[in-house]
Amino acid sequence: MDAKAIREQFPILHQEVNGHPLVYLDSSATSQKPQSVIDAVNDYYREDNSNVHRGVHTLGSRATEKYEGARDKVRSFINAKSTAEIIFTRGTTTSINTVAYSYARANLQAGDEIVITPMEHHSNIIPWQQAAKATGAVLKYIPLEADGTIRLEAARETITPNTRVVAVSHVSNVLGTVNPVKELAAIAHEHGAVMLVDGAQGAPHMRVDVEELDCDFYCFSGHKMCGPTGIGVLYGKRDLLEEMEPVEFGGEMIDFVNLYDSTWKELPWKFEGGTPIIAGAIGLGAAIDFLQEVGLDAITEHEKELAAYAMEQVRMIDGIDIYGPEERAALVTFNITDVHPHDLATVLDAEGIAVRAGHHCCQPLMKWLDVTATARASFYLYNTKEDVDRLVDGLVKTKEYFGDVF
Amino acid sequence: MSFNNLDTLYRQVIMDHYKTPRNRGTLEGNTLTVDMNNPTCGDRIQLQLQVTDGKVEDAKFDGEGCSISMASASMMTQAIKGKPVEEALEMSEGFSHMMLGEEVDEEALGFDDIVALQGVSKFPARIKCATLAWKAMEKGVKEE
Repeated sequence: MDAKAIREQFPILHQEVNGHPLVYLDSSATSQKPQSVIDAVNDYYREDNSNVHRGVHTLGSRATEKYEGARDKVRSFINAKSTAEIIFTRGTTTSINTVAYSYARANLQAGDEIVITPMEHHSNIIPWQQAAKATGAVLKYIPLEADGTIRLEAARETITPNTRVVAVSHVSNVLGTVNPVKELAAIAHEHGAVMLVDGAQGAPHMRVDVEELDCDFYCFSGHKMCGPTGIGVLYGKRDLLEEMEPVEFGGEMIDFVNLYDSTWKELPWKFEGGTPIIAGAIGLGAAIDFLQEVGLDAITEHEKELAAYAMEQVRMIDGIDIYGPEERAALVTFNITDVHPHDLATVLDAEGIAVRAGHHCCQPLMKWLDVTATARASFYLYNTKEDVDRLVDGLVKTKEYFGDVF
Repeated sequence: MSFNNLDTLYRQVIMDHYKTPRNRGTLEGNTLTVDMNNPTCGDRIQLQLQVTDGKVEDAKFDGEGCSISMASASMMTQAIKGKPVEEALEMSEGFSHMMLGEEVDEEALGFDDIVALQGVSKFPARIKCATLAWKAMEKGVKEE
């Protein structure tokens, strides 16, 4: 894979920030967009914009074709059986909330258990806290190993016959841990529980095959995988989705509407109340085309190399603490002794380097790590070893700078 | 931007307050206690005020955060100690204006060291760090 050639396709990366060429190391928060995605959204608005599924006129048909075409691209991207299993949402958060509202509230009762982990993003914690409160179910956590991984034995001890839902991130957005979601799904199923995978940090970076993982729900966001913001996906097994009630009611999702009662459209549309996110879905379709052209395996391989190089280089800096396991996705979360991550991020920004500082929407994990905040550099297919070198230079300068001012 | 610009942000006096904070700790006895955090970044502050007859007799803070938030808390407690609550609130308003890059009468407001934080206004992402302690103070005296 030629990261430099790929880079050329991302217009935003070719700019100076604070007098330095931009080094974008915040793709775990949101990825940048290639020209093809920008064009797809632009072309839709310039040429095809119309509401979908009301296709008497030509534009309506074209918009519908593109929108539903994007759904099929998503289906093939994660190897789902049918487009009935692909629901477009606003993003991972909405996808998880849909399951927590519709599935969990209907199927959980007092004494049932929901099992998650301390490394979850807030969006895979709070919906379950709320569902537990609403149903009387108990929220349980699989304890983490010291290096921030999940031991299957610990999962087996936590997941019991009372467990109804297991919800775990595919990849931790802080630790970079790649979780054994396939094995966890098998344990969940042994006990009759359903398995939801928060794939926000998984789908953009690795080949996802929902058939092989055998998860019941897989949630991800378009904007972290070169697509637009405001579009995401909820994959669910058809029999589960069939049973579930919609969460939003209104236009688009109905079959017949009577004065006092209504019926829903079939899957997947019963979950897509209101005019859908048409441009977003089309942009996501273009992003999938782009990623598949590069090849998901090639992306994973490139990121693995970058992660290993970044770990090796960053580790050489004195007074640096790195969090998470050795084997990891393409991100490095760290702290430098005596320099608060905000200050670090501000100094790096002055060098044109964009990193994230804060709690990364993982306050329980910050408590587990016993820190209030961390800095994180996250990589994607357009990042290069030179970007890692710039980061390391920036970190050395940060240390010097704060050493001087102290 | 070069490191010279950074110096506008991290002036010596700020680093001094960060490294050697004034009024860091807890107050004994009957005090107003306010806990506040910056939910976007995780900075948190506990501010304790002892207010008697409309006057801030004593102030102490504790917490965790970046150099800007902690230095600002240190400077604020130093500045409001011994001041009538009304004056402290005026200072807070003046500080907000300063963070927006507006001209303020630093002398009349009694800003002293606080003036060093003026440079923060050029770093929009960091303004919330600087105002955290002031927001906590406002919340405390208004709740009283």
